[in-house]
Order: sequence, then C-alpha cells, then structure tokens
Amino acid sequence: MARYLAGRLAGVVLILFLVCLFTFVIFFTLSPDPAVMICGKTCTPDRIDQIRDVLGLNQPFLTQFTGFLGGIFAGRDYGHGANLVHCAAPCLGYSFQTNQSVMDMVVERLPVSATVAIGAAVLWLLFGILAGLLSAVKEGTWWDRTAMGLALGGSSIPNYVLALALQYVLVVRLQVLPFPQAVAFGDDPVVWFQSYLMPWIVLATGYACLYARLTRANVIDTLAENFMRTARSKGLSPALTMRRHALRPALTPIATIFGMDFAALLGGALITETVFGLNGVGKMAADSIAKNDQPVIMAVTLLAAFFVVIGNVVVDLVYTRLDPRVRITAR
Amino acid sequence: MTVAAHPQQQVAGAPATSGRRVAGALLRDRAAVLSTAYLTLIVLMALGAPLISAIIGHGPNDFDTAAVNTDLGGIPHGSLGGISAGHPLGVEPQNGRDILARIAYGARVSLLIAAAATALTTLLGVVLGMLAGFYQGWVDQVICRVMDFLMAFPALIFMIAILSSLPQGNRSVLLVVVISVFGWPYLARVVRGQTMTLVNREFVEAARASGASTGALVFKEILPNLRSSLIVMTTLAVPGYVGTEAGLSFLGVGVAPPTPSWGQMIASSVGWYAVDPMYFAVPGLFLFLTVLSLTVLGDRLRAAFDAGEAS
Repeated sequence: MARYLAGRLAGVVLILFLVCLFTFVIFFTLSPDPAVMICGKTCTPDRIDQIRDVLGLNQPFLTQFTGFLGGIFAGRDYGHGANLVHCAAPCLGYSFQTNQSVMDMVVERLPVSATVAIGAAVLWLLFGILAGLLSAVKEGTWWDRTAMGLALGGSSIPNYVLALALQYVLVVRLQVLPFPQAVAFGDDPVVWFQSYLMPWIVLATGYACLYARLTRANVIDTLAENFMRTARSKGLSPALTMRRHALRPALTPIATIFGMDFAALLGGALITETVFGLNGVGKMAADSIAKNDQPVIMAVTLLAAFFVVIGNVVVDLVYTRLDPRVRITAR
Repeated sequence: MTVAAHPQQQVAGAPATSGRRVAGALLRDRAAVLSTAYLTLIVLMALGAPLISAIIGHGPNDFDTAAVNTDLGGIPHGSLGGISAGHPLGVEPQNGRDILARIAYGARVSLLIAAAATALTTLLGVVLGMLAGFYQGWVDQVICRVMDFLMAFPALIFMIAILSSLPQGNRSVLLVVVISVFGWPYLARVVRGQTMTLVNREFVEAARASGASTGALVFKEILPNLRSSLIVMTTLAVPGYVGTEAGLSFLGVGVAPPTPSWGQMIASSVGWYAVDPMYFAVPGLFLFLTVLSLTVLGDRLRAAFDAGEAS
C-alpha cells in the first residue's frame, strides 16, 4: 500500500511538472513580450529593460523556469539592490496587472470556487441520483420516459445559455431573486444564499442530467445480475434487495465519476463564474487570460491540474474501499 | 461488433445487414427522425447562407440603423427583438445586423469547426489507439502515458490560454487543432481496448496464419469491426465540439469578429439580456437544439447497434 501510494504520488509530481513545463514553454515562445505590455503607452527602452531585469525576463529559458519552480518550494527574490522584493515560500510570482501576490489572489478566491462547487455538487447528486434510481425502478413507465427525456434535454443546454435564461426569468421578469452579489455568509446569509442559488442551479443541471442517466443505466445493469436474482428468490422485499444489494455496486462507478467532476470544478467554473460575476478562481482565469497576465494564468493552470491529478488518486483509493473486488497490489 | 458485422461474411442484399437494420430502427424512432430532420435543416441553412442573405436582403455584417431605436440606446424597433418581414428573426441591438443571416453564416462556422475537429480527433484516436492496441509493448506504454497526461490537463483553461497567446492567425484552424489535441485520448482509449481484444480473436489469428500482411489485418479484419463503436462515438463527440467551439467563442478566444459564430452571438448578448431577451434566445435555441439533436441521434444509434449485438 505504501509503495503504491509512493508510486502514485511520484506520478502526480511528474504530471504537475510537465504541466508547468508545457505552459511555460508556450508562454516563453508564443506570447507577446510582457514587459512591453506592463510598460504601457508612456514607455522608454530603458524602462522596458528595467522591467525585464526585475522580473528576470532577460534570463534564458532554463533560468526562468527553475526560478519559477524554486519560487514554489523555497520562495524567490525579484530584482536586486534597493528594488529587492522577497516572495515567501509557496511563491507563484506577482500579477503583471495588479502587482498583487498571485498566491494571495488564489487564497482569496478559492473559497468562492469551493462554495460554487460544493453547493452545485449537493444539488446534482441529490437530484441526479434520485431521478436515476426512480427511473431504473420504474423502467419503461411514463415517469422513466419523461425523466430521461428531460435529462437528455438538460444535458444539451450550454450553461451560459441556461444562465442567461434563468437570470432573465428569475431576476428580470419574476423578480424572485436579486442580481447575484458578492456577500459573505456571515454578513447576510439570505442574500448569500440567493446570490449563489443561480450559479448552483446552472452548474448542477448538466451534471444532474448526466448522473441521472448513468445511475439509471448502472442500476438496471445491476438488477439483472445473478446475485440480485438470488437475493430476490430468497424472499427479500424489493426495497430491501435494493438497499442491501443493488445500491452499492450500482453507485460505485458514480462515485468515481463524481470525484473527477468535483475535482475539476474546484479549479474554477470558468463560464458560470464569469457570467454571474462571482470572484472565484474561474473568473480570475478568464480575466487573466483576457489581459495576458502570465503569472496568474500559470497559477490557475497549475491549480486546476493539481486538483484533477489529486482527485484521480483519491478516487482510486476510495474505489478500493467501495469495491472489495479491486485490491491494490504493489506493481 | 460481432462476427455479423464482419464484411466477408455479409452477402450483398441479405436481409439483416447491420447497416440496414440500424437504419430501419432509426426510421421507426420518432425522436431520431425529428433530430435528423432538424440537423438536415441546419446543414441546408449553412450551405444556403448566401441564398438566405440574398432573399431577405441583408448580409451577416450589414448594419441596419433603421431597425433599431437610437433614442433608446439602440434596442430594436417593434416587439420580440425587432422581428419583422425584413428581419424574420429580428436584429441585433445597436447596429441592427440581421440575426437570421448571422445564424445561417454562424452555422457554417460552428458546423465546419465541429466536423473538422471530429474528423481530426477520429483520425488521431483511431491511428494511435490501434497502434497501441495492435503493437502493445513499449508503443502502448508511450501512447498511454501521453493520453494520461492530456486527460489530466485542465483542458478548457489550457485551450483558452493557448488560443489567447497565439498570434491572431487563422482562428478556425487553431480551434480545430487545439480541440483535437485534447480530444483524441477519449476515443483512442476505447479503440485501444477493442483492438486488444480483437487481435486475439480467432478470425484475426486465422487471417494471420493464412499469411495476411499487417496492412490487411488492420484494414480488413480489425477496422471493420470497430465501425459501429466509431460511428456512435463520433456522433456523440460532435455535439461536444459544437458546444466547445461555442463556449470558446463565448469566452472571446474563438473565431474573431466580425465572422459570426453562435457562441460569439450569445456572448455579445450578455449585456442586453434584460432589455432584449430575443438576442440571446435565438442563437441559444439554435445551439441547444443542435446539441440535443446530435445527442439524441448518437444515443439512438448506440441503442440500435447494442440491440444488434444482443440478438
């Protein structure tokens, strides 16, 4: 087990390293010169040189790359002499646009993205799995056909279209919700809830529809298994066979997919956060890309990759607990 | 995907060839027929975009300031976003560009990009998946590691980052390349798995024993047996790519204006949704129905192929 874990973690580090390298190469070779962008309109060649010097942009590629990696683990210094700025250990550099520490920006915005992801996850698990279970039990009835038809439709709505439609109907027309505001839970729980409700619904709809269809298919497959026939023929009631025997094998694959989806969401729901103006990691990514703010883009790419890769490992570990047929053997 | 789909054993005109059976099953399915009809309409609309433009008398980029009320900040005259005889689907606020013309030209962009991305993804997925499944060993190892890497990548963020840092070249080509680079592992994974099982099947062994070349094995024995899953997977991939293109254009890194695209139209309507809901509703509905139709069609195709397998 320990060896397996060590192997997996080495894989995680390798993939994150490659993501770093890949992103860095792309920016190093393709991007317009950030020094020119920072410098703006009233710019002199001297000033550009100075910016390049402070940010280390005049260094060769390898030095810049190791500087970035070193900053994450050991912190780094920018500039020298009187202009020296020290950036402490998990250092992701400073935003070209606002001069804020990128690490601070991430720490500030991560809770928003987490709130969006957790709320949406609760909604989509609840509705998706319930609808899927009901459909599977009532296979072929009008409920099944209606629910699955709706699920197919719901998973086809692009979430920005759904976001605009919901805002139009709920905020402009019916006026049952205020326009989303940036309010902390402690300040005003009601407005907080109202502000997050639409992003949660928008994000959850697509996933709920997908999970409903997956749950239905898995439960129907499980109900056809031999052990289910055994359970039924030994006289267990349908509800009991369902609870004791069918749910676990049917829902285990769902847990795997959920882990991956949720991990990906933690890295920021780009479109949803942008449309609703929520200051999460996703909006930060969209903004930084629009302004070509390279340190921030690096950070969000790395953060998203981190969540996906870690999510992958966690899912595999949890899977072995949920499904005793899978045993980890050291390779 | 069973021996029934194996071409050598099919007699031309025999009653139950899988193609005919699937076509028959789809024709009896109301949802599949409706989806096909809608998709045909969209394709015709895309092909006939210049014709539509000529009939209504507005190009996709023609301003029509007479159709908007400049006193009210440029919202269209009349109800429902300025729907009138001259503008059957209304006009854009502010500059009065005709929405139908832009939808028709936008369909060209969206469908072309989705189709090209699907073609490239399928090519990459099939070639690399079959290489991995056929040769196994270190080839398989390398391809699998690359797939793992690409699938662990935060694809959306990365696509946007690449597209925004690349110079303003031919956006459509860039979109296709970027979507395909991140899309092929999902197809290759399935192709690899199926190729691995097929390679060990008796009919492949028989062909190998009777001296068939590698090329013959791949193209005559294995590829035909992948056909049904490929058809299903590509059909189900197209709506995803339509959505991705629209999403990237929505985020401002897709096709460059003034070329219209559905996602870009929806993006530009964000500031107007409260006063002119038709502006996002029309492209939104077209996009939704296209994705839905393709999904339904892919779903029904899979059901039809699966039913054939079970029988």
